[in-house]
Amino acid sequence: MSAGVATPVRVQPVRKRPTAGTSLAYLAAIVVIGITVVPLLFVVVGGFRTNAQINNDPAGLPHPWILDNYISVITNSAFWDFLRNSVEIAVLATALAVAFGAMAGFALSRYRFRGREALYGLFTVGLLFPLSVAALPLFLWLRDLGLLESTWGVAIPEAAFSLPVTIVILRPFMAAVPSEIEDAAVLDGATRLGFFWRILLPLSMPALTTVAVLAFVTSWNAYLLPLLVFNDPTHFTLPLGVATFQTQYSQDTAKVLAFTAVSMVPALGFFLIAERRIVGGLTGAVKG
Amino acid sequence: MSEAGTVTDRSGPPADGVTDSAPTAGRTGVRPARRSRGARQRLELVVLLGPSLVLFVGFVLAPMVIAAYYSLYNWSGFGPLTDFIGIQNYKDAFNGPVFQHAIVHNLIIVGLSLVVQLPISIALALLLNRRLRGRSFLRLVVFAPYVLSEAITAVIWLLMLQPDGLVDQMFKSVGLGGAIQQWLANTNVVLYTLFVVLTWKFIGFGIILLLAGLQGVPPELREAAALDGATPWQSTRHVILPLLGPTIRIWIFLSVIGSLQVFDIVWIMTLGGPADSSTTMASYMIDHGFKRLEPSYGSAVAVILFAICFVFALAYQRFALRRDTDGALTRMVG
Repeated sequence: MSAGVATPVRVQPVRKRPTAGTSLAYLAAIVVIGITVVPLLFVVVGGFRTNAQINNDPAGLPHPWILDNYISVITNSAFWDFLRNSVEIAVLATALAVAFGAMAGFALSRYRFRGREALYGLFTVGLLFPLSVAALPLFLWLRDLGLLESTWGVAIPEAAFSLPVTIVILRPFMAAVPSEIEDAAVLDGATRLGFFWRILLPLSMPALTTVAVLAFVTSWNAYLLPLLVFNDPTHFTLPLGVATFQTQYSQDTAKVLAFTAVSMVPALGFFLIAERRIVGGLTGAVKG
Repeated sequence: MSEAGTVTDRSGPPADGVTDSAPTAGRTGVRPARRSRGARQRLELVVLLGPSLVLFVGFVLAPMVIAAYYSLYNWSGFGPLTDFIGIQNYKDAFNGPVFQHAIVHNLIIVGLSLVVQLPISIALALLLNRRLRGRSFLRLVVFAPYVLSEAITAVIWLLMLQPDGLVDQMFKSVGLGGAIQQWLANTNVVLYTLFVVLTWKFIGFGIILLLAGLQGVPPELREAAALDGATPWQSTRHVILPLLGPTIRIWIFLSVIGSLQVFDIVWIMTLGGPADSSTTMASYMIDHGFKRLEPSYGSAVAVILFAICFVFALAYQRFALRRDTDGALTRMVG
C-alpha cells in the first residue's frame, strides 16, 4: 500500500529533471555536431568551388558548382598511387600482425612451458614503445637492412608495433575458451595445431576482428614512418600524399580541398560500414 | 604487468593436462610417446612463437638498443662510428634552449589536455548519455575526426586557418573580428592553435570512451541518490564521477602519453615553427635526426623521449592505475 503511494511521488522529480537537462543536451549535441561537421563540410563543399569564389567568401556555398577540381583529382594518377600504396601496406601490416599475433596468443594461452610469463611480459613492454618515438632509430635500422623505399619497410615495422596490443587482447580471449572444447577436439583426433586452426581461430573471430581493425586503422593513418622511409612520391601513402599535395599546390586551395575531400572518403566510408566494430575495437581495446 | 598474466593463467585451461592424460591413455609405449610429445611441443612452440618474436625483437626492441648505441657517438649517418663522445649528445640536448622549449611545449599540451579537454569530455559525455533522439548518429559524428588521419586533419585546419580564411570569416561574422590572430604565424599563439586542432581531432575519442564507461553505471544509483535528497549536481559529483574513475584514469594515461609524442599535426602545420615556437620533442627529434642529418644526436633525443614516456607510464601504473582492474596497463593501446 505504502509502496503504491510512494511511486507517483518519486516519479515527479525524476521526470522534471530530464526536460531541462534534455534540452541542454540537445543544444550541446548541436554545438558538437556543428564543430565536428563544419570543417568536413568546408573541405567537401570547397572542392566544388573555384579559387576566386573561395577568396571572395571562404564560408560561402559554390556558385556555380564546379566539378573540375574533383575530376582533376580523380583522373590524377598520383591519388590512385597513394591509395594503392596505403591499401597494400595496411593489408600487409594487418595480415602479419593478426597471423603472427594469433599464433603467439595461442602458444601463450594454451601451452605450458618455462618462461611463458616472461615472454608475455616482454611483449607487454612493447606497449610502451610507440612507433613515433622509435621512428628515427627504426629509419636508421631499415636503411642498414636495405628496406628503404619498400612496402615491406613500412609494413613489417607497423606489424611489429601492432603485435603487443594484438597479443594482449587475444591471449585472455583464447584462454577463456573452455578446455572441454579442446578435450573434445583431441578425442576426435585433432592435433593441437588442428584445434587451433579449425576451432580456436573461428571461435576467436570477434577478438580477431578487433585486433585487425586496430592494426589496419593504425597503419592507414600512419604518417611519420612512411615520411622517413619513402622519398619517391610514387611510393607515398595517402597521409603522406595529402600533406605533400598541400605543400605542392598551396596556391590552388580549391584543388587541395578536393584532393583532401577525396582522401577522406576511404576512412570515412570504412568507418560508416564498420562503425560498431571500429568504435568497439578502439574503445574496447582500451577498456579491456 | 605480470599480474594480468597470472590472472588469465588461473582462469585459463590447464592446456597441458589435456594432452598429457588423453592421448597416453590410448597408447601403449608411454615413455617414447612422452619424449616425442615433448619434442613436438617444442617444435610447435618454435613455429608459433618464432615469427612474432623475430618481428618484435628485430623491429621494436633492436632499434631502441641501436639508438642508445648511436647516441654515444658523433656521427653523420654515413661510414663507421669512430668518434665516441659519451653522453655529450644528452648534455647538448638538455642544455640547448630549443629542446628545453620543446619539453615545455609538450608539458603545456599535457596540462591543457587535462585542464581543458578532460572537463569538456566529461561534461559532454554526461549530457549525451541521455536518451536523445538520433543518439547513434551523434556517436557517429563525434567519432569521425578520430578516424581521420592526423595528416588529413592538419591539412583541413591549415586551409581553414589561412589568413582571411574560414576561421577568420567566422570570427568576423559573430563580431569578434578584433580577436583574429595570425593563428599559425604568431609565436605567442601558434601552440594554442595547434592545441585546438588536437582537441578537435581527439576529443571524440574521450567522449566515446566516457560514454562507454557511463553505460556501466546503473541509472538506479542516480534515482536512489535523488530519493535521498541529492541534487542532480550532487549525485553527479559524488555518485557518477567516482564510478567513472577507472575510465578517467585510463583517459589521462592515454592523453599524457599522446601529448608527449605529438608529431604529425605539428610537423605538417608548422614544422615546429615559426622560430621553434611550436617545436615538440618528437618534431625536434625528426628535425635534427632526419632533416639536419644528425642521427646520433637525434637518437639521443629519441632515447630521452622514450625514457620520459617510460618513466611516466611505470609511475602512473604504480600509483594511479594500480587500484583499477588487473594490469590495466597491459590492456592499453600504445
